[in-house]
Amino acid sequence: MERRRVFEGVKIADFTWMGVGAIAMKFMANLGAEVIHIESSTRADITRTSMPYKDWQPGLNRSGVFNYFNDSKYGLTLNMKMPQAQEVAKRIVYEWADVVADAHLPGIMERWGLDYETLKKEKPDLIHVATALQGKTGPYSGLPGYGIVGSQLVGFSVISGWPDREPTVPFGAYSDFVAFPFMVTALMAALIYRKRTGKGQYIDLSQLEANVQFLAPPIMDYTINGRIMMRMGNRSSHAAPHAIYRCQGEERWCAIAVETDEEWKDFCRVIGDPEWTKDPKFATFKGRKENEDELNMLVEQWTVNYPPQEVMSRMQAAGVPAGIAQSGEDLVADPQLNHRIHVILEHPEIGPHIYGLPPYRLSKTLPGLTMPAPCIGQHNEYVLKEVLGMSDDEVADLLIAGALE
Amino acid sequence: MSEQPKAEGILSPFRVLDLTDDKGFFCGKLLGDLGADVIKVEPPGGDPSRNIGPFYKNIPHPEKSLYWWAYNTSKRGITLDIETADGHDIFKRLVKTADVVVESFPPGHMDSLGLGYSALSEINPGIIMTSITPFGQTGPYRDYKGTDIVLWSMGGQSYITGDEDRPPCRMSFPQASLHGSSQAAGGTLAALYYRELSGEGQHVDVSIQAAVAWTLCNVIQFWDLSGYSITRSGTKRMIGGGWARFAYPCKDGHVGFWVAAGFLAASSMPQMVKWMAEEGMMGIFEDRKDWGFDEWSQVDSMLMTQEELTAQEDTLIKFFAKKTKAELYEQALKRRIMLYPSSTAKDLAENIQLKEREFYVGVEHPELSETITYVGAPYKMTETPWRISGRAPLIGEHNQEIYEGELGFSKEEMRLLKEARVV
Repeated sequence: MERRRVFEGVKIADFTWMGVGAIAMKFMANLGAEVIHIESSTRADITRTSMPYKDWQPGLNRSGVFNYFNDSKYGLTLNMKMPQAQEVAKRIVYEWADVVADAHLPGIMERWGLDYETLKKEKPDLIHVATALQGKTGPYSGLPGYGIVGSQLVGFSVISGWPDREPTVPFGAYSDFVAFPFMVTALMAALIYRKRTGKGQYIDLSQLEANVQFLAPPIMDYTINGRIMMRMGNRSSHAAPHAIYRCQGEERWCAIAVETDEEWKDFCRVIGDPEWTKDPKFATFKGRKENEDELNMLVEQWTVNYPPQEVMSRMQAAGVPAGIAQSGEDLVADPQLNHRIHVILEHPEIGPHIYGLPPYRLSKTLPGLTMPAPCIGQHNEYVLKEVLGMSDDEVADLLIAGALE
Repeated sequence: MSEQPKAEGILSPFRVLDLTDDKGFFCGKLLGDLGADVIKVEPPGGDPSRNIGPFYKNIPHPEKSLYWWAYNTSKRGITLDIETADGHDIFKRLVKTADVVVESFPPGHMDSLGLGYSALSEINPGIIMTSITPFGQTGPYRDYKGTDIVLWSMGGQSYITGDEDRPPCRMSFPQASLHGSSQAAGGTLAALYYRELSGEGQHVDVSIQAAVAWTLCNVIQFWDLSGYSITRSGTKRMIGGGWARFAYPCKDGHVGFWVAAGFLAASSMPQMVKWMAEEGMMGIFEDRKDWGFDEWSQVDSMLMTQEELTAQEDTLIKFFAKKTKAELYEQALKRRIMLYPSSTAKDLAENIQLKEREFYVGVEHPELSETITYVGAPYKMTETPWRISGRAPLIGEHNQEIYEGELGFSKEEMRLLKEARVV
């Protein structure tokens, strides 16, 4: 049986940058859509100028972040301040694209003549999917933002960390990574609708509104019960032991979660049924919760003797949920992630490095990483000549005018 | 194609059988809110995840879990023991008219019941089966158990969450299965699109661990490209020359702010310093009071010293100390400064932007004679509005409607099935 790619033939003009939009369109590319990523070297994508760079050497094509978010796309540079560049962008949309994706503040796409209201007049079946930190309407829509402060706005920091300490800030742009799958879902739904009805539409994805989905029960707990959830370290209301325990080695840790009495018995067996486990105060879940500090200390007296890999595999072999607190080094070596999502591609400037597949596999269709992330302007000639059918002279004119920067 | 349910939504033509517990029920909700006819299939007595708190008015009861409510809207509900012979046959009848089955049993469990993808596709070649499991259906860890703290850790998040002098930390509200479920909705829709083209269904195999690993920003790349291991660092981050603060205490909590460098600094700091000058609290920024966009955009984070960063931090801590989150956020908008509250659940419930966009929605709970406020649409779509078609089902609420109304069981047959604890 022929294995096709799902979105083969779907063409996306990708005006996004930074996290949410870029990754969402990468997923679409991995599932077979043809994506042209439109950017400018005059104001490079912040992910192109963010660490880590290969061997710590900065360079627009050397950032692991940009590359990880943008594989399998064609790269075109346009200096959108120039009318000639805007003209090229319009031709891509009108003559080629099924989907326009953008991640700009309100007003920018309008300035370029690429807003949905304008585009749909000539192209009613176009899908325009837009993402912004707080959406494209409302009083705060014009306030720019970025993930590391955005993650605080959407409510994750106050519930991360220890009750006796300041909140901790979720790493990186956590809110971007909550939001991007919603952009993927909305776009796919719109494509199904278009397939059935021939109609396009506009999608306004507010990252705040997408992220709040991940906090819906605590918000209801406030509106109904008046309770404001705050951080509680690694404690769980329904499991004990439930923590991340120190293991043998420098900064080595393993999570263990004992949710049932049966798992407690299995857990005790794994650690050799030491005397303390027979203490009646640990016999019930209630008792274990009431004596949790002492319990955690006793558990750690066992875990520190073994590397986390061994703690995990012994616990899991007995049916007790456990997992290494994996560092970057662990993740790159993780046999499960390497089996499921990690793929090494040869990048033209920085050589082979790791890229990621979506976290799902479809049994009859091939998701795939077709090429590494584009170097800046790498596919200008391909897009202008092959996609738009421009002549060498026309391309040269654009180049000389500075429209391709 | 199943028959059209009442409200027209983008996925109205499709029927979904949702067998999941808390690992996957958010996926079914996302499909239901987009219009799919989702039937939650629970074991007799109800899904054990109904016992997860918090609870409505703090009453621990399987019909009052706010966690269950939040993630099971827009579904009808039946009870069915698919492990009995009768239940197995009934489930197969339901599959004939369904488009999608979503399940979150351990890998191999559905196969062992004779209800795996290959068995179901024989009954209905168009069926899509979405399986949401801790590590996926394949690979060396496929049979490992995963809870939130385990998957948050194996996905790489706990190592980078928390304070440097304490153990790795989770987020206090579980996140891992929500990542798995929202990704699963994407995988399911991809399969539905493919079925529109080909008529063929397929198996969508989701790994929650891999979904968490997709939230790490640049952790994998730091090791892969630079051999550097990122660790947790509380409110601070290494920005080149030293550690910079990203969350500041204020009068009633914290706000997210960063002095930054380059373009980000240039976008906020001239306005921030002007504000501080108005209140006579410029502190360390005194010598930059005339700096505009151009001067701030020249700031290179690699060249900043720890001493300088700490002095900036001290000045800002003093400035924020007597102001509330709401006051600071209001000024941030007026002055166009990238400063945000570290929102609590209360702040989110009262958030102005969410109010203006009419984000929260009221959902009727006829059993309580009450309208409850729910989190609204994750995306606004012009042609096919998102909506919650109804609150989460009560245990077996739609048994009669589906077993008698759709499958044509007699009252007598229903009595027998109930006595045999099939439904």
